[in-house]
Amino acid sequence: MASDLTNQILDALSASDAPILSSEAFPSTPSLNVKSALDRLESRQMVQYETLEKEIVTLTAEGQEIASNGSHEAKVFAVVLAAMDGLKISDLPGIVGKENAKVGQGNAFKRGWIKKDKDLLRASADSIVDETQQQLLAVQKTKTLDDKKVMADLKRRKLIGLAKELAFKITKGPKYAREFVKEQTDLTPEMIANGSWKTAHLKPYNFNAKGAPTPSGTLHPLNKVRQEFRNIFFDMGFEEMPTNRFVETGFWNFDALFVPQQHPARDLQDTFYISDPAVADPPREDPPNEPNPPAQLKADNPLDYKKYWDNVREVHEHGKFGSIGYRYPWSADESLRLVLRTHTTSISTYMLHKLAANPRPARFFSIDRVFRNESVDATHLAEFHQVEGVIADFGLTLGGLIGFMEVFFAKMGIHKLRFKPAYNPYTEPSMEIFGYHDGLGKWVEIGNSGMFRPEMLESMGLPKDLRVYGWGLSLERPTMIKYAVSNIRELLGHKVDLHFIESNPAVRLEKD
Amino acid sequence: MPTISVDKAALFQELGREYTTEEFDELCFEFGIELDEDTTNSDRPIVDGKQEPPQLKIEIPANRYDLLCFEGIALMLNIFLGRNPLPEYKLTQPARMEQIIVKEDTTKIRPYVAGAILRNIKFDQARYASFIALQDKLHQNLARQRTLVSIGTHDLDTVKGPFTYEALPPKDIKFTPLNQTQEMDGEELMNFYEKHQQLGKYLHIIRDSPVYPVIYDSNRTVCSLPPIINGDRSKISLDTTNVLIEVTALDKTKLDIVSKMMVTMFSQYTLEPFTIEPVEIVSEHNNETRVTPDIAPRTAQAEVSYINQCCGLSLSPAEICTLLTKMAFRAKPSATSLDIINVEIPPTRADVLHQCDIMEDVAIAYGFNSLPRAFPNISGTVAQPLPINKLSDIVRVETAMAGWSEVLPLILCSHDENFGWLNRKDDGNTAVKLANPKTLEFQVVRTSLLPGLLKTIRENKHHSVPMKIFEVSDVAFKDLSLERKSRNERHFAAAFYGKTSGFEVVHGLLDRVMAMLKTDFLAEGETPKGDSYYIKELDDPTYFPGHAASIHVCIGGKDKDIGSFGILHPTVLEKYELKYPVSSLELNVEAFM
Repeated sequence: MASDLTNQILDALSASDAPILSSEAFPSTPSLNVKSALDRLESRQMVQYETLEKEIVTLTAEGQEIASNGSHEAKVFAVVLAAMDGLKISDLPGIVGKENAKVGQGNAFKRGWIKKDKDLLRASADSIVDETQQQLLAVQKTKTLDDKKVMADLKRRKLIGLAKELAFKITKGPKYAREFVKEQTDLTPEMIANGSWKTAHLKPYNFNAKGAPTPSGTLHPLNKVRQEFRNIFFDMGFEEMPTNRFVETGFWNFDALFVPQQHPARDLQDTFYISDPAVADPPREDPPNEPNPPAQLKADNPLDYKKYWDNVREVHEHGKFGSIGYRYPWSADESLRLVLRTHTTSISTYMLHKLAANPRPARFFSIDRVFRNESVDATHLAEFHQVEGVIADFGLTLGGLIGFMEVFFAKMGIHKLRFKPAYNPYTEPSMEIFGYHDGLGKWVEIGNSGMFRPEMLESMGLPKDLRVYGWGLSLERPTMIKYAVSNIRELLGHKVDLHFIESNPAVRLEKD
Repeated sequence: MPTISVDKAALFQELGREYTTEEFDELCFEFGIELDEDTTNSDRPIVDGKQEPPQLKIEIPANRYDLLCFEGIALMLNIFLGRNPLPEYKLTQPARMEQIIVKEDTTKIRPYVAGAILRNIKFDQARYASFIALQDKLHQNLARQRTLVSIGTHDLDTVKGPFTYEALPPKDIKFTPLNQTQEMDGEELMNFYEKHQQLGKYLHIIRDSPVYPVIYDSNRTVCSLPPIINGDRSKISLDTTNVLIEVTALDKTKLDIVSKMMVTMFSQYTLEPFTIEPVEIVSEHNNETRVTPDIAPRTAQAEVSYINQCCGLSLSPAEICTLLTKMAFRAKPSATSLDIINVEIPPTRADVLHQCDIMEDVAIAYGFNSLPRAFPNISGTVAQPLPINKLSDIVRVETAMAGWSEVLPLILCSHDENFGWLNRKDDGNTAVKLANPKTLEFQVVRTSLLPGLLKTIRENKHHSVPMKIFEVSDVAFKDLSLERKSRNERHFAAAFYGKTSGFEVVHGLLDRVMAMLKTDFLAEGETPKGDSYYIKELDDPTYFPGHAASIHVCIGGKDKDIGSFGILHPTVLEKYELKYPVSSLELNVEAFM
């Protein structure tokens, strides 16, 4: 077997340092077997070898038959000679076989070995030389044939063919030894226990292949980005808002944000309305079973919810707090409709209203799911995550918002920003934030920001000089840009490829 | 936000110079509009054998109705660049003022009307097209698809005042609508336009009303049937020189804004630019008798200290006034207070509601990107996560470390996915249901994380098995005791999909998570020492009989059922098109708060 062969090769080499030829040393061993034995030896540097490829002449099955038993014509001659009184032509196929009879008879005539006597065949010589057989025997031995004419003749007669033969020129390698020691595939406890590791040969490691796959759990890529954003907010002193509330009222989602009731965002085309349960209550004190009351904002002074509701109505309908308002008949029913929140700014509003009990500087953030009644396409889903930050303080300036955005976005690796005046019903001034994307070679809108309108803040009872920045961006969009995901459905929802989740690298926003 | 297409060459001619695309983009950016596209190098459509000249597509902030047409954009940019003075809009004083007499029945359908006349106006092809396009843009945006406001324009020379604004039964209104040849009554008109591509969508606004609004001239010629269509008789053309604009509305503020936009934008083409002939609205039944349009600027006051404070600047009142001129305001320092400037809000600037809007325009005129930068560095808040999110993160990280992959399915799902497919019944008191979803995929807010997990497996069948996935996220329930009549609940769910049921694997995950939450397993008959949990065989049609358990915790001495796990029933698998067994686990993590 192969292991025997390795030892045979090592033996064959032992005589001298001269190279040996496999075709001579192991003529009857298939070259593939020789090669695998050589490869094993070479991997341990015990031998070196060169592959020699040469063209050889081989016998076809018919050729081999002739080499062993003589040509058709020789067979015919033999039987004709043996029949002392001539051989009936019609008896020939029965004795030598149809094929021999047909080909051999003609050739024997041609060579003058037999002649025809009526219906009998008679030998015209006492002995013959079977050239074909001799030529084929020579080929069988040497695997070569120099005579072109003979080669062509034998080929035509389909007695020989050409083939490639591999042979190996083998020399001793730097670690040549007489004996091939069995390789260990791995270091085992037994080897350590019995000390055999000292003499053991470990199978060489394939440094070009990957290791065994590690079975591992993983966090979702979008949540990994979310965690990076949360870390940025925590670094900058922000408290996370209680956004675990998908259903909002028209009041908290729109009216309190000074979004007029006829605003297109409130269309059925854009906002999911709730059919069941049907109607909300007007804003009121959180009940004791309110999930997650914001601990930081336990009111020092009780908040007047009725007053808040009336302020919102007035500021829309007739104007208040220095504003002329939108001047339209404001509908309480519209305000009590239930919606799936279209933004987490509804929660910021809830938190800012809590702040009115004890107005002071504050920093809040949230990253959570929002809902839009959009037609689904490559960049739009009915659900996505909104990242939102809020800073409340006395004496805030617009330049402060710009300065803050520069620090905030620098933490995500975006260093070149510019700011465009924009419109948003609840912020004034409003700025769209553009970041220069080196990869895309252009300015990309990366977020919206502004200072909340006095109509919104003063309705809550916040003092006029407490100003509030707000900014927001989607979590999906920067993630898609960073990781070149072109379809949002490949990032969020049940159609996401698990393999993508499992293989997505750790997120380092400042670096990626 | 609306996007307006303007002729590039014409706009640059108005602005007095050529701009490269980049230069013009920069100008727009500073001014607060956005150049969406310059079509110079695009394939432009060929109309009547002529290729459309290059267009600039400009995105306009939704509250700047004065920028919805070429005339407004050119004027406001020229004022911003200091090339044009502020226009002074004037009402003429005609010898005999045209009247629109309002009948009381209009209160039943569309109570408000306003009118104005542009005399000796000179149209050309471009101006005429822009005039029509502005009406269309206003109809689409501020007028909310003509529901709140609609505009009719008429060749004044084809009709004769005084006009009446009435509300009549549809059968009683007979006229030939614009560009038609046959006369029809109100009912016939509704049928005639039912399938009309543009007008069909407006019919619903009045169709079922017993009376339709209509404007007649003194010869009982129908000028218009708001908000649907004008009469053919009074239609305007390129050659019209005297235009009657009538506007009808449900909302008086928007009526006013729309009237102002129409007349201010196109009065620059009248013989004496920026003059408008008023119309008297006689409306005694609701005390709305008045002269329209009201184009007098509104005077507002703004505090110098407020503006400087918000912008982080220390501008003098005079400097602020100069900056405001760029934004089309006439402003003067107050004679009585150093801290006050008086600002005339022109009729074009309906977006200004509060001094914060004036403050923003000072900042824009100064340049947002030139404002002195600061970094707000005081804060009364201590950085901290929301407690439920911190708890969720513990469960998420422990589960991922145990070899499970986090998935993030959608929160909205179909009713079947949430109930029927899980062999669960809807008792009507559980799920929050959506009124207006665009697809059946979004009928309810999920009350369980299971549908999302099972759909994720369904979509990932090419993945090797076993699949081990989980999610920690919110579901929502109806809760009529709360203001918003619903509440979220934070759940943890996991699912195993493979050639074996994985029941023990999921059970093992539960044990692991409980151990990480410092909750001990409570064997039967034991008394709990600290926080502990136990499981009980559960008969639940979601699961395979005999292979499901409910999960109970004893926390702070209270016993609570927080969820369940088990091998899913094969009928559930069939609904979700899953070939292999699934074991799943779902529990409410809020018990561990």
